Order: sequence, then structure tokens, then C-alpha cells
Amino acid sequence: MAYLELKNLHVALEDGTPIVKGVDLSVGLNEKHAIMGPNGSGKSTLAYALMGHPAYVVTEGEILLDGEDLVEAGADERAQKGLFLAFQYPHAIPGVTVTSFLRSAINAIRKAKAGGTDDPIPVKEFRTEILAAMDRLKVPRELASRYLNDGFSGGEKKRVEILQMALLRPKIAILDETDSGLDIDALRIVAGGVNELVGPEMGALVITHYQRILNYVSPDHVHVFVGGRIVESGGPELAHRLEAEGYDAFIPKEEVAA
Amino acid sequence: MSETEIVKGIRDEYAYGFANPDEAENYFFKSGRGLSHEVVEAIAEHKQEPEWMRTFRHRSLDYFLARPLPEWGGNVAEIDFENIYYYIKPTEKQAQSWEDLPADILDTWDKLGIPEAEKKYLAGVGAQYESEVVYHKLQADLEAKGVLFLDMDSALREHEDIVKQYIGTIIPQNDNKFAALNSAVWSGGSFIYVPPGVRIELPLQAYFRINAENMGQFERTLIIVDEDAYVHYVEGCTAPIYSSDSLHSAVVEIVVKPRGRCRYTTIQNWSNNVFNLVTKRAVAYEDATMEWVDGNLGSKLTMKYPAIWLMGDRAHGEVLSIAFAGSGQHQDAGGKVVHAAPNTTSVITSKSISKNGGRAGYRGLLEVAKGAHGAKSKVVCDALILDDESRSDTYPYIRVDENDVDLGHEATVSKIGEEQLFYLMSRGLSEAEASAMIVSGFVEPITKELPLEYAVEMNRLIQLQMEGSVG
Repeated sequence: MAYLELKNLHVALEDGTPIVKGVDLSVGLNEKHAIMGPNGSGKSTLAYALMGHPAYVVTEGEILLDGEDLVEAGADERAQKGLFLAFQYPHAIPGVTVTSFLRSAINAIRKAKAGGTDDPIPVKEFRTEILAAMDRLKVPRELASRYLNDGFSGGEKKRVEILQMALLRPKIAILDETDSGLDIDALRIVAGGVNELVGPEMGALVITHYQRILNYVSPDHVHVFVGGRIVESGGPELAHRLEAEGYDAFIPKEEVAA
Repeated sequence: MSETEIVKGIRDEYAYGFANPDEAENYFFKSGRGLSHEVVEAIAEHKQEPEWMRTFRHRSLDYFLARPLPEWGGNVAEIDFENIYYYIKPTEKQAQSWEDLPADILDTWDKLGIPEAEKKYLAGVGAQYESEVVYHKLQADLEAKGVLFLDMDSALREHEDIVKQYIGTIIPQNDNKFAALNSAVWSGGSFIYVPPGVRIELPLQAYFRINAENMGQFERTLIIVDEDAYVHYVEGCTAPIYSSDSLHSAVVEIVVKPRGRCRYTTIQNWSNNVFNLVTKRAVAYEDATMEWVDGNLGSKLTMKYPAIWLMGDRAHGEVLSIAFAGSGQHQDAGGKVVHAAPNTTSVITSKSISKNGGRAGYRGLLEVAKGAHGAKSKVVCDALILDDESRSDTYPYIRVDENDVDLGHEATVSKIGEEQLFYLMSRGLSEAEASAMIVSGFVEPITKELPLEYAVEMNRLIQLQMEGSVG
């Protein structure tokens, strides 16, 4: 069984409006998956629902991480068990430095892994790790002492998202990159992070609207997402077909008619 | 789980609520309940005070009795003045060494971590238990430089001329009802004199502890910072949790002479049965700086607006205020600055947080007198409301009698956003941890002004108050 398994997953808004309508998907460690779909297809909803956003309700199906169903778990528990969501627009937390936030997040995950007893990362180890990760991912060191995402440029926010991904060591990282507004620099940062970190300990699921990012991340698997469902899956060639033909070719006939 | 459930119960986890019942029976001297000229006379007599101070006390009591209770701020009508003990002397003598204190009292200070803190990062400590300062110590090198740091009663005996010269001049005994009450029954508090040019690098700290039920604590503090001198004074306060109320009503008067600087930091963490009605005022002369850093986490009702009168050219004043109100708490905090000289500058920064039905607010006065041209002031008050039951108020009074001034005022009210919480939780933090992190960040502009040890303590208190509330 793959590390992340979605089985017949249905997600609705709090008012009951169905958005995701039966998704089956397997993402293994050391795998790069891309979900591509047109605007309004429900891709971002899928990403948020996987991470446990309270505004999205799983009405049917399962989210299995290493065989364990996480549908009832809160976002914190999902993170502790190895899921990570890189936000498209990460929120600012004024007054909390990147360093102090990272330390708290690492310690929260360590605590969960230690069965609920505090197991804080030693100061020296933390410092070594954070500096090494920043250098490797080309995150300017001055960002460490700034308030999290507060006044950051788009590129800085991306860098810090990827830094978090590196330090929290998730098993499955979901990257929400649906927007077309990202500049090439930001795309490169995200792609660089994914390429750097996907390996025997991590798999990634990149959610995107445009093929652009896939020029930098070469996905092993591409899924076309339309109307809340995966309508076609394939290898990297699928992304190129999409780029050439557009999404129309993948929209089921009855939905075009409607 | 809703946000309301997540962050409920600020102060459910009050760590200093322990009482010391054995000690209460062993007090050296205890006045009866209630307030009268007899009680005032008994206090003065017991302390063997000079005639002028007795007169000062009796006249103050007349002022107190004559003034009506304030009808603004919080509900002070609940205070039962007849049920309060106005004077309790726990020990016969003041100790110069912690070991000389009775074991029960020492145990209280140990639990509060004061002797430990003194060793690590303080230049001097005063510890007041009920009405009297039971322990007092200043580093020898500061003593040699002429620094005076002693309790107010000893100061009245040993430096009567200085006390007589200043007491009641910054805050007149009839300034307000509670200042009058303090002037009538005051006991304890700190007296500090810093000679010209002496800079005290480590903080001096006073710690105020109420132990007895229905206790009234009325310390009186006077700080004189001479020319080019500097001092940072820190006070902390806690009390046990009792079912009936106690009263803390202090008066703090500060004089900062030309080019001097005084910083006064308060971390008030009284239990939720304490009325905390305090008058604090400083005057700053030419090129002097006065800073109030005022953290209010505890008490049932706090009414406190540290004030600065900028009396000399280019004097600078700052008030940094945090008010944190949980269930059953009302924090009416803020600051006042009066620009009475040209080119004076001031900044008031207020952060209030209310939760679980608590009420926190900012009440401020900014006044620029005629002739104080070139005055500059900035007032920023931000409120964070954590649920729908809680309340925040802002009362920013401004009076300007001068045209050539530069004034700025900003106010924001915000709630913890679901998206912010989700973002932090998606990194593994629990809802309580995520909320605490957002609150810590919100007050960071003030905690970063605290010495490290106090900043850590402040964040720990915030954490404690946000924890114990989940599930």
C-alpha cells in the first residue's frame, strides 16, 4: 500500500455543497505526483481537506496515511503523523520570529512522536539544523529573525514554506500552487525544494493549474482533475498533452453540455 | 471545536493561588477590620511616625471619606471597605538574609522564585508580605555609590527630609479617592534614590505578596532619579485565591531629574479576587526619560493609568501597557501623558486581550499644554478579542492647547483568524499552542522591552493561561 491512500474521497463545504466527488489516489514515498486541473475544479479544496481545514467536511471515503485513517484527525494531528501542506498564500504571524515558530513546530512534532511527553530539540542541534537547511535551500539567514511571513515578498514566503517542509520532515508533502500569479523565481524555489526533498523518506503531491511548474519538477505521475474528480492519470507525457490540448479535451461531455 | 472552546479559561491555571494558613495566625501585629481615624492612628503609633506624617494620614482619611466613589472605569461599588484589614505586620523585624525569615514566609518566597532571581540577575530586592517589607537587600557596590534602596517606612525614619520633601507632591493626597486611601493607611513600598551620574545596570526588584484573606495592601513607592542617573525598577505581585475580595491600592511617585532615565516595569498577576486600584505618576525634567512598562494579567478589576508629566524641554515619556482579561476580569488600563514643555515627545503603546467573557480596555489621556510647541506624540492601541463573549473598550481622551504639535493615534481591533490557526496547526501545533503563539506575537512589541527573564516569564504566563482549556 502506498504511504498516502485516498479512497473514494468526497468533500463538501460546511453548507453541504459537494466539491470533491470521489477521489482515489495513491502517493508513495520517493514519488512525485502532480494534480492538474482548471480553475474551480476543486483542487485547492482537496489540498485543504487533506490537511484537515475545518471549513471542509469529508462526507465519504478515507484518507489513509501509512494505513491509518485521518478523516477524524485535526490538522495538528495530521501534521504530527507526517502530512505537510505548503500554502500558496501562507499567513503572517506578527511578533513571532521564523526561528521561534520553527522551534515550536519541531518540538510539537517531537512531542507527538515521543508519545506526548516533551522532548525539545537541543538548542545546539536546532541551530545547526536550521542553518544547514537555510543554506542548502538558499534561504537568506536574515529571514530567521523576522516575523513569520510578516511583510515577506512572495518569494520569501515560498522559501520559508520550503524551509518548514525541510525541517519538519513530513512523509507526504502537498504543495498548493494553483495560482498563475507566481513568478518564475517562486516556482523555482518550490520546485527546487521538492526535487531536493523527495526521496526514500518523502513523497510529494503538487497541485497546480499550469504546466509551468512541471518544467522544474518532473513528476512521475500526472493526474487531471476536473469537476471534483480525477478524470485521467498517466506519466509525465500527460502534462505535455494538457499543455497542447487544454483541459477541454478532458471535460466529460455531459458537463460541457451543462 | 469552536475557537471559543479552544481558548476558554484564561487564568484557569493560576499558579500562585496557594495560601499560607499557618502564618496567618502568627502575625506580629494585625489591625481590626474596617477603616477609621482610630485605625489610622494605630498604624502611625505602631510605626512611631513623626507628627507631620500622622497629620498627613488623618487629613487623607478625611479626603477619602469625603470623596464619592468614581462612577467610571470598573465596578468599585462592590468593595466592602468595612471588611478589609488595613494593616498587618507579619514579622517583628525586617530580614537582610532570607534565612532570617520565618520558615513559612520563606517558603512562600521560594515558591515564587525570588531568592533564586536575586542571585541570578537582580541588583537589589525588596519583598513585601501583607503590609510590611520583610526582606530588603541592595548590592554593596551600589550602596557604596550612594544609592538608596529601602522600604518606605525605613526611609521615613532614616531619610525623613527627602521623604517629607517629595511625598504627596507628585500625587497629591486628594488626587483621587484611592490615592487618598493609600495616603491614609500606606505601609511598605520602595524608596529609591539614585545619585547624579549613577547608572544601575541590573534591575532593582520589589515583590508584593498578599497572603491573608480580605487583606488591604497599600504600599507607597517614591523613586528619585537624579541628573544623568538611570534605574530600572521591576515589581511583581501575586496573591492566594480566596472566595472574598482583597484590595490593593498603591501610590507610586517618581521624579526624573534632567538627563536621568527611569524605567518602571510591572508584572501584575494578582489572583482574581483582588481589586487593584493604583495611582502611578512620574515627572520628567529636561532631557529626561520616563518609561512605564505595565503588564496586567491578574486581578478582578484593575484601574491603572501610569502617567508622565513632561516638565522640561525635550523630556521623553513612554507607556507600554498590556492588559489580559479572562473570565470575571476587568482590566481598565492605559496611560496618561501631559506635555508641559516644548519639544517633548511621547509614545503610548497599548495591547489588550480579552477572552472567555473578560473585559480589557485602554483608557488614555494625552494633553498638550499651551506653550509646549514642537510636542510629538504617538498613541497606538491594539485589541485582540478571542471570542464573542469578551469585550474591548477604547477611551482615548486628547486635549491640545497648542497648535505646533505632531500627534498620531492608531487603534485596531482584531480577532484570532481561523486561517491563522489552521496555518499553525498544519505545522503540528495544538489549537491552544497556536492561539498562545498568536497572542505572544501580539504582545511581542512589549515583551521584547522586558529583560529576558521577565519576557520568558510573561510568555510562560500567557501559555499557562491558554493551556488547560482544551478538551
